[in-house]
Amino acid sequence: MDESKEGRVGLKSHGRIGKSEDMKSHKTNVEAVEPADQPEHPDMAKRPHRPEIRLGREAQARIGELLRNMYNSYVNQGVPPHLADLVRRLGDEG
Amino acid sequence: MKLDPAIRDQVLATVPSLRAFAISLCGNIDRADDLVQETLLRALAHIDSFEPGTNMPAWLFTILRNLFRSEYRKRRREVEDAEGRYAETLKSHPEQTGRVEFDEFRTALAKLPADQREALILVGASGFSYDDAAAICGCAVGTIKSRVNRARTRLADLLAIDSVDDFGPDRATRAVLAGGGRG
Repeated sequence: MDESKEGRVGLKSHGRIGKSEDMKSHKTNVEAVEPADQPEHPDMAKRPHRPEIRLGREAQARIGELLRNMYNSYVNQGVPPHLADLVRRLGDEG
Repeated sequence: MKLDPAIRDQVLATVPSLRAFAISLCGNIDRADDLVQETLLRALAHIDSFEPGTNMPAWLFTILRNLFRSEYRKRRREVEDAEGRYAETLKSHPEQTGRVEFDEFRTALAKLPADQREALILVGASGFSYDDAAAICGCAVGTIKSRVNRARTRLADLLAIDSVDDFGPDRATRAVLAGGGRG
């Protein structure tokens, strides 16, 4: 492609003449890479592959127990009166 | 128009777990209550968008989670400055668990990246399926599974819980892998 015909005149008038030679080659390299396998989800494309490790059942069970103990202690506090009043009031107002 | 009493009761029934989720996320009871209140205001203002018969808890958790994340982005430094402050802000202590152990767990939980923490709480405590948790967090199911796994691994390391599968990596390796990024 002839880059002199790519409409860069407007950029030149602002003092920045496109990209350096290094950046041009970088851009070319990026564009040249066509993904052979599309990731299942866009999230997956952003991250390098990292090996997954898995805890043993006992460790998972222990963490689950600690987590549920903490969470249930909050659940058991119930509904603070001001939040219950808010729901009832908004429900009545419609 | 008055709110359908059945819908209102569903909302009220969800509040305890919604509040537990909020406290677990932000580590501050006052902020959690503000977050729940804002969630309820938004939910009831847009109750027409809730389809009766669908998952009310998931709908409310999604609203709360999105509110938290938008607030979190604004107050990121404060939230991530969690070395001890997270636990200090919580004043209630359960009787069924030793206080030291309880505080250690909360402090360790606060050290997790926010996306891992919310995934672990949704699946491991709130009782949502991986599918529901993915819908709440707006990501793929595989991403949720990965986040939960990394959260557990990181917690095991922080709490020195050692019962990794016999052929698993050693603790130092786990720490590097678990702390290597958000996922």
